[in-house]
Amino acid sequence: MSLLNLHNDLNTYLVLAAILFGMGIYGLVTRKTLVGMLIASELVLVASSINIMAFNRFTAPDPSIGQIFALFIMAIAAAEAAIGLSITIAVYRNYKSVDIEDIVDLQG
Amino acid sequence: MNIMDQVNSLLPGFLTADGFAGVADEAAGIVFLIMLATTIIGGIIACNSKRLVRAVTGLALCFVGVAAIYYYLNSPFVAMMQMLIYVGAVCITIAFAIMLAAPEDKVKPGPSGPLSGPLGLITAGLATIGMIGLAVKTVFPVMPKINMGSVQLIGVKLLTNYSMVFELVSIVLLIAILGSLVIARHGRSK
Repeated sequence: MSLLNLHNDLNTYLVLAAILFGMGIYGLVTRKTLVGMLIASELVLVASSINIMAFNRFTAPDPSIGQIFALFIMAIAAAEAAIGLSITIAVYRNYKSVDIEDIVDLQG
Repeated sequence: MNIMDQVNSLLPGFLTADGFAGVADEAAGIVFLIMLATTIIGGIIACNSKRLVRAVTGLALCFVGVAAIYYYLNSPFVAMMQMLIYVGAVCITIAFAIMLAAPEDKVKPGPSGPLSGPLGLITAGLATIGMIGLAVKTVFPVMPKINMGSVQLIGVKLLTNYSMVFELVSIVLLIAILGSLVIARHGRSK
């Protein structure tokens, strides 16, 4: 398998999705602000979307279903981003901070 | 010897029909490698950069690369929607949120918890290596294609087989946007 033929191989896409997923997990556990964690969670979502599209292209009998599913993932991701950001703004208004260490009212 | 063979014999190798297809394949491979690098570099910037504005820029770069990867997966429509929704809407919204509610001078220095630093790197690395190992070792059954997944077919299926899900997603989006407006507006007069 040559380097220039990578785009015809299922494993390329799966490995790329795994790398993006790992980056998202790393961002989620190391970020200190809510917006940073939201950015990392977008990486996880896009990794799952790449996985679905790769299986859709290489193994599924009907390639249009995976594309429809990816479109639905995009819509849900957009809704999630909107709600997450509005929660961030509400938290900032109440606590005057978006640092996750300041938001400890529910900590036992 | 017909006229086309004569023309082909006069041209240099990469200008003949077969040769041109080969050059186009190589060019596609090179562009794919560039877009792969764009995606990974964008992701590294998005999860590693200290300043959030740079992280959003890296996220946009990563999404542009992912759109190109969708294009290589025979899905130009999804690639266009990726550019429109992720790069055009989500990244801009995050940039607005950073401008409204992320004063970076107020964030305390130092690690953010037990998993930050090397332990976080190990966690993410283990997850990545595990998933790569699973993906490479597994043999996935390949079924024969029954169609090509054209844009026309996506439109027909969205309005017939999947019309219920389509409408439900529209309602979810509407409620999410209304709800986020309500949450963000609450207590604004303070």
